Amino acid sequence: MASTIEGATGTWEYVIGLEVHAQIVSNSKLFSGASTEFGSEPNTQVSPVDAGMPGMLPVINMTCIEQAVKTGLAIEGTINRYSVFDRKNYFYPDLPQGYQISQFKQPVVSEGRLVIEMEDGSEKVIGIERLHVEQDAGKSLHDQDPSHSYVDLNRSGVGLMEIVSKPDLRSPEEAAAYVRKLRSILRYVGTCDGNMQEGSMRVDANVSVRKPGGELGTRCEIKNLNSVRFMSRALEYEALRQIDILESGGKVDQETRLFDVGRGETRSMRSKEEAHDYRYFPDPDLLPLRLEQELINGIAASMPELPDAKRHRFMAEFGLSPYDASVLVAEKENADFYEAVAEGRDKKLAANWMISELFGLLNKAGKGIEESPVSAAALGELLDLISDDTISGRTAKEVFAEMFESGKAAGVIVEEKGLKQVTDTGAIEAVIDGVMARETQKVEEYRSGKDKLFGFFVGQVMRASGGKANPKMVNEVLKKKLDG
Amino acid sequence: MSFDKTTIARISRLARIATTEAEQERLAGELGGILAWVEQLDEVDVEGVAPMTSVVEMNLKAREDVVSDGANAEGILKNAPKSAHGFFVVPKVVE
Repeated sequence: MASTIEGATGTWEYVIGLEVHAQIVSNSKLFSGASTEFGSEPNTQVSPVDAGMPGMLPVINMTCIEQAVKTGLAIEGTINRYSVFDRKNYFYPDLPQGYQISQFKQPVVSEGRLVIEMEDGSEKVIGIERLHVEQDAGKSLHDQDPSHSYVDLNRSGVGLMEIVSKPDLRSPEEAAAYVRKLRSILRYVGTCDGNMQEGSMRVDANVSVRKPGGELGTRCEIKNLNSVRFMSRALEYEALRQIDILESGGKVDQETRLFDVGRGETRSMRSKEEAHDYRYFPDPDLLPLRLEQELINGIAASMPELPDAKRHRFMAEFGLSPYDASVLVAEKENADFYEAVAEGRDKKLAANWMISELFGLLNKAGKGIEESPVSAAALGELLDLISDDTISGRTAKEVFAEMFESGKAAGVIVEEKGLKQVTDTGAIEAVIDGVMARETQKVEEYRSGKDKLFGFFVGQVMRASGGKANPKMVNEVLKKKLDG
Repeated sequence: MSFDKTTIARISRLARIATTEAEQERLAGELGGILAWVEQLDEVDVEGVAPMTSVVEMNLKAREDVVSDGANAEGILKNAPKSAHGFFVVPKVVE
């Protein structure tokens, strides 16, 4: 959903383009044999290549390239069978080579697209300019010492995909939907774990403002946003800042800015301004990357079902609502869990139980689906007990809470607690007869036209049965007896 | 193409190589001479010829995705002018 901002001189609209840096899932780095594992002791995963030692030569990790191709196919991009690695030159202590190996003029993927869904159910296609492969830098820590920075090169040389959108996004909500969708796709194809806290996915946002449909304004780039929430806040702040400048007759400077989370504002990274001359040139240590069509075809054939396709299938084949389908497909693990539960069962019942009951308890417990104490098979068993009238839906919720708590199977809990529903007509009739014999006065009132008392009788019968009588049968039999 | 002193100053700043004004004067002449020499290549008509990327016709060498290096923090830090707790220690560079 596009959103606009009312300024003093009229309405303004956002123009946003995002550059997402996604860490490639691989065992070793892009150009060296050091491990990519997160959270190890500093500098224990560094090869002389990553440390920029003289004379070391980079050798490409083909798995990283295959991951990039896979991602390119998932965003419906054109896979370029010929691409080139360039050096992007700049000085920073966490970049020991003095340059980053990246792809500039000839990236491995160009011209893709991604569909975002907004909360109102509308869809929008966002263009993707390119996807290229590059090295990550090391990590600097600035708070360990008053006059020094500490540098850890474990991340130096890890493979990244930089995915650049076109400036097609028109609001912070669209930008957030884009990042969430891209993350979902990356996780489906298994090319990036999408973990924003650990920095596996980082976003740079280019934002400018203009009068709707007018000329593009001057943009600013906000660097290193590591959560969707911070990105939205940074975009809102930055647009207002630019509008203030423009409406007071000023001019927006094209510059790189940082988002200060504590203050909720963006500020200029002045020291980097003059360093923006990267002097790209083809890396003489690396030949151009040529991809065989068979390799690309092989990867295309191995693609899993993507979130959009899955969502449409859940709607078309299972009759799920767009909302339920979106919720279930956002994470592949949830979708797989759902399909296991729904297999051979009522699809909507399974969806309802996952979304309102399972997700509810998981959220409360702060757990992900992979840590769920109730397995898909166990939830399925519970649904079977509902479907074959062993227990009522209401009892099932009680049983489910117990399953979540104790990890016991539904059947065991029903047995232990004697929760089995009474579906024997004779038994139900006996209970009803007992209640009617006790409440002769009320029976008479009912029969002389006070039908509102029906609910009273249902309540009495349910109570007398200890909540175990099948409510539907109670209704039927009771009606017959009272009216008869 | 010829160089002026401002360009030389900019290039040396980008390369983090300190140059005095006198040196910049001299370098402007030297680098200009080198470029003029290379520019002779412009006389060759290369219309439709793909840029040569290697003197031998071969493909980019690739590796398998296996961990075969690392676990040598001490060795990696050996040449560092300063290190502590397994980190390289450098002058403060915070923005």
